[in-house]
Amino acid sequence: MAALPQQYAVQMINIEKYFGLVCALKQINFEVGSNEIVGLIGDNGAGKSTMVKILTGVFPPTGGELYVAGRKVNFRNYNVTRAHEYGLETVYQDKSLGEKQVLWRNFFIGREITLPFGFINVRREKEIANEIMVNTIGFRGKGITVDSKVSVLSGGERQGVAIGRAMHFEAELIILDEPTVALSLKEVAKVMNFVNKIKEGGKACIYISHAIADVYEIADRFVIMDRGQIVANIVKRNITLKELDEFLLEYAHGLKDEGEA
Amino acid sequence: MKRPNSFLKFLGRIEGLPVVGVLLLMFGIFVITAPTVFTHLLIYMSFLQTVPPLLILGLGLTLVITAGEIDLSFPAVVALAGFVFAWIFKHVHTPWAPWAGFFLALAAGALVGYINGLFVAKIGVPSIISTLAAQFFWYGITILLANGLQLNLQEVEATDVHTIFTGRLFGMLPAQALWALGLTVFLWFILNRHKFGEAIMFIGDNPNVARVMGIDVEGTKIKLFTWMGVIAAFAGLLLTIEINVFFPTQGQGFLLPVMAAVFIGGTLISGGLGSMVGTFFGSYLIGSLQAGVVATGITSYWVQSVMGLIMAAAVALNVTIGEGRFAGLSARIGHWFTPHPGQSGNDEAHSK
Repeated sequence: MAALPQQYAVQMINIEKYFGLVCALKQINFEVGSNEIVGLIGDNGAGKSTMVKILTGVFPPTGGELYVAGRKVNFRNYNVTRAHEYGLETVYQDKSLGEKQVLWRNFFIGREITLPFGFINVRREKEIANEIMVNTIGFRGKGITVDSKVSVLSGGERQGVAIGRAMHFEAELIILDEPTVALSLKEVAKVMNFVNKIKEGGKACIYISHAIADVYEIADRFVIMDRGQIVANIVKRNITLKELDEFLLEYAHGLKDEGEA
Repeated sequence: MKRPNSFLKFLGRIEGLPVVGVLLLMFGIFVITAPTVFTHLLIYMSFLQTVPPLLILGLGLTLVITAGEIDLSFPAVVALAGFVFAWIFKHVHTPWAPWAGFFLALAAGALVGYINGLFVAKIGVPSIISTLAAQFFWYGITILLANGLQLNLQEVEATDVHTIFTGRLFGMLPAQALWALGLTVFLWFILNRHKFGEAIMFIGDNPNVARVMGIDVEGTKIKLFTWMGVIAAFAGLLLTIEINVFFPTQGQGFLLPVMAAVFIGGTLISGGLGSMVGTFFGSYLIGSLQAGVVATGITSYWVQSVMGLIMAAAVALNVTIGEGRFAGLSARIGHWFTPHPGQSGNDEAHSK
């Protein structure tokens, strides 16, 4: 078998997904470079989420191959925990953090630092959570500590916590699913700042969004999906924001309004 | 100072403080209105004897409710466990029969809980429905097996099982109170300091978050309901062993008081947060209310109304603290004592 280029964080070859008879994804060929930010764009139902869920082990595809850092994934024993081990982390818009829980628990949920018999090393978790907050994501003062509950954080800060968590766990590829929906401009700017930290850290990112202006600002390359297929793959230097916007109109009606909003 | 309201905030962080306050107030009233009863140790020893089964059920239910689920089948498990123990004790005549009965009763509870877990997690039946069905089914099975009759177990009095679980330490302190206290501490650590408890909190908070963070939501729920079955069986055993009688209706009547104790203790009905300390004191509050009201000399018809009043007060207190309205209030109080009134004293507000 031909050796795959190591510079890809992930590579999908001919990935297909059927839900019963409904084809959600067909013939997906997609790759993300190891220090690349890819903007994944498409209307609701275009297949973005389905693709991300296959990538991160939430469910397997019907057919096709997936390589993570050059290693072929065996879907029979691939799941979220395994994807975490491979360095794939997802930051979902509204389901990354437990709202009623304190921050230090949110940093380590599913990957607790344990003492014997599965008890949690609370002191250690708090120390590291504090370290992530101060150094990785640059939270300062404002009364937010590792003992604060998520419910007191703003939308942008929540994304920051989730991104900081992903970076702490040495994610090679961080997937951001609609990270700026329902955020104010100031909060969007915070999220952009967090995404730049991913790039500076030498890691890769898939940025999924309806907000074309945000995606254009942050991404190196745009992958556009429509009805289960990839319809375009455009490098940023070859297109202006206006051209990208017009291009999208052909495929996804209604996107333009949200892009301008 | 920078944080003038830190003392009030600190008070807000003490687990179960509202219910402890209500409990102390209640006992204060009892001591004043019925001094002959409430200034003697006897009544307190009697509470330590009668409250543990209710408390133990409450501890298990706290875990279940924290996970955003409910279990209505525990009264049936209390009866079934008592029956399994009583039947084996009556029909097997060996020295180890009480212990065999004890552990088989726990196993029966585990089985009921496991089946509940399968229905909820694997088939996806809402727990309020599947455990209601289980309550009818297992209660019915218990009555069938027992022919509707009670079993007298006078000989249990002489066994190790009786001494260990419901004996009297120093001739007065009921052993079951210590078991219940030990279980409270143990389950506090499970909920607050163990991976299993953390998984329960996140599942109750938002199952989708739990799933994408790699928690086995279905497996955790099955384990949780199984444990609830075991805990309910233990409560049933204490009841049977304490009074040396099994009767088929022994679990009935626990359902609502146990739920009241859990909610008075501050566990959220919406899931995500639960308080073992709160359930501990909530159970003693509920469990001592009847005797207390009767001892004050007013007619016992008042008991239900007083219970409702106290529950409403305790839960209202929990909600106001939980929603941070208290934090706002404490900030305002702190503000009055701050020399520089230009700055907001509320730490929760952090917009730039």
